[in-house]
Amino acid sequence: MGAHHDHDPHEAAPPAGRALRLGIGGPVGSGKTALTAALCRALRDEYALAVVTNDIYTTEDADFLRRAAVLPDDRITAVRTGCCPHTAIRDDISANLDAVEDLQARHGRLDLVLVESGGDNLTALFSRGLADLQIFVLDAAGGDDVPRKGGPGVAQADLLVINKTDLAPLAGSDVARMERDALRVRGGKPVALTSLRERPDAPEVAAWVRGALRRARGAAAAAP
Amino acid sequence: MAEIPAALLLLADARLPAGGHAHSGGLEPAVAAHAVTDLADLRDFLHGRLATTGLTGAALAAAACAYAAAYAPDADIPPSGDGSAGGRRGWRGLDAEADARTPSPAQRRASRAQGRSLARAARATWSHPGLDALAAEVRAPHHPLVLGAAAAAAGGTPRQAAAVAAYGAAAGPASAAVRLLGLDPLDVHRVLADLAARMDEVADEAAAAAAGGWDALPAPSAPLLDLLAEAHVRAGLRLFES
Amino acid sequence: MGARRAAAGARGRGGGAVTRRCAARAAVAAERDAHGRTRCTRLRSDGPLALRETAEGVHLVGAAAGPLGGDVLELDVAVGPGARLAVRSAAAALVLPGDGTSRLTVRARVGPGARLDFAPEPTVAAAGCDHRSAAEIALAEDATLRWREEIVLGRHGERPGRLRGRLDVAIGRTPLLRHELRVGDGHGARAVLGDAGAAGSVLLVRPGLAREAHVEDGLAVLPLAHPSGVLITAVAPDAALLRRRLARGERVAARARGETAPRGLPADQETASAAAFRGAETPDSCS
Repeated sequence: MGAHHDHDPHEAAPPAGRALRLGIGGPVGSGKTALTAALCRALRDEYALAVVTNDIYTTEDADFLRRAAVLPDDRITAVRTGCCPHTAIRDDISANLDAVEDLQARHGRLDLVLVESGGDNLTALFSRGLADLQIFVLDAAGGDDVPRKGGPGVAQADLLVINKTDLAPLAGSDVARMERDALRVRGGKPVALTSLRERPDAPEVAAWVRGALRRARGAAAAAP
Repeated sequence: MAEIPAALLLLADARLPAGGHAHSGGLEPAVAAHAVTDLADLRDFLHGRLATTGLTGAALAAAACAYAAAYAPDADIPPSGDGSAGGRRGWRGLDAEADARTPSPAQRRASRAQGRSLARAARATWSHPGLDALAAEVRAPHHPLVLGAAAAAAGGTPRQAAAVAAYGAAAGPASAAVRLLGLDPLDVHRVLADLAARMDEVADEAAAAAAGGWDALPAPSAPLLDLLAEAHVRAGLRLFES
Repeated sequence: MGARRAAAGARGRGGGAVTRRCAARAAVAAERDAHGRTRCTRLRSDGPLALRETAEGVHLVGAAAGPLGGDVLELDVAVGPGARLAVRSAAAALVLPGDGTSRLTVRARVGPGARLDFAPEPTVAAAGCDHRSAAEIALAEDATLRWREEIVLGRHGERPGRLRGRLDVAIGRTPLLRHELRVGDGHGARAVLGDAGAAGSVLLVRPGLAREAHVEDGLAVLPLAHPSGVLITAVAPDAALLRRRLARGERVAARARGETAPRGLPADQETASAAAFRGAETPDSCS
């Protein structure tokens, strides 16, 4: 188990001075909110963080994060998507951009803004106008043929997280096969296997995000 | 009516990335209240919205289009405004007129949120001194102002700006109804087509009014839409922003 | 100048023999005297607009029934600096069909530190009427206002004719509220008035009003963009309940900022929206 760090992902460095925007997408129930909470806990002492949640139903995700006290209330914003979670992260990113801008205006310098998509299907993909980098989260128990089938989210995300590996045996899923298939459809881009229930701090994913933040800062520093 | 510039079609297109998909124009709370349950209800709801919020928005859009168009390129002095005796009031003056026609705080917020998003999309699409001046003077302008200024940027007339506004006032909630009620999209489009003549009447009235002073622009209210808008922001379950 | 009357054919009010069109212009002015008391310095009645000074303020006593089609009525109200004026009416104004559109225009100027409380009885829009009303109110920066308008949509069991009422209020040169109600084409009820038999509003302008909106059965309390203005808007099956809802809205609006909202606000949308909508149809127990 572990992230494959050797691959240099598509690196869209944010324009100097603004936060790195990291999209977190994936199907309903795959663990996006748990991963968002894990990243907040792991990174909040090192970086200035904020979160935008896109929830198809309510502000439930934002409320979950607030209750878990992973960040102060005013660093979490909820966006409603009019029954179209993928539209809000891909075709029409207005509301999310507004939310990110408002967070930035409220808190001044931010290093990282996590944009958590509402649960959606396998074709969902963050627009590059919204997210510099994106993570796609799959449920290992949700069918081990999903990575093989691919789709924009699985194939193009900068990091694919296969979560709930602890449940895979119960669901008859072959995690090793999932990882193999994923690496193949992803052209070698990294895959992380996690069990947020067993390791709620998601160290592999946090390490990947730290690397991305370092590279973004390096790129910003190197910019003329 | 003048030929429609193709650029104006971008502005009327629901695919315009300007945040409209997350607003139901009061349809979601009306559905939650079981006031709109079927196609006939939807037709009535859209008729009412068009005649009230739709007309107010169309008139403001027409006035904004005329005002934006008066910004001559290279002129560093803004145009004199609405031509009323009050003289130059600028974009803030027209924005205040929109405020005065929107008593519901929830509706003001929804209008400004959509205006802000549309301003981003329009300015990324067109460069126009009237549009730039609006963005410089008002941080999150009311939606009809941005729509009117964007229509001017796209080469449209005030009457065309009003038509786009009237169309949006009905098409937005209609699209939300498809998503919320599972209505047949073909049926819903027939309803919109049936309302097209009303949209034109609203655009005519709006454009005629916009030729006068801003003070006298139409201001028809919809008490139920105001109530529903406020109930919506207090609701636990919300799929749409408004 | 008296009301100008003109014979206008054989059709008469309520089937009577005499029809008249009427142009009337009435006026009231109030000023604060050296002792700090408000005095009526001008009180001019004209035709159907008959004014009487009472202990409360000024009453419109209605020398004739409400406007008929073709009537053009104007009322000017001026409240001088520091003065306080209440305007009431003795009875509802019944708007009837007649020869063309009836018009009522009220113009009010409220000076610095002055207060106008304008709360006449409802306007009843009878079947077949065609009525337009306009109120234009100019407030000085620190003037205060209470302005109530109530419309009853038809007499008992009757559908109203056409009615269009517009309220324009400005503080100095800044528009505070421009609010129009159009009744009569029979469409759009689900967005506009539901099945309401009566609709109305109270505009309050004074410092310290609620800044949070409030909504309940058939009633919304809406803080305007200007920090001193609140519009209370209500719909109800009848005039009596409408009045109670508006009164309740005024109490809500008057609660100072920071005070706790009342218990019993519908928590979920189903309840909140349903309540807002149902308000037009069913009586409730608010008083």
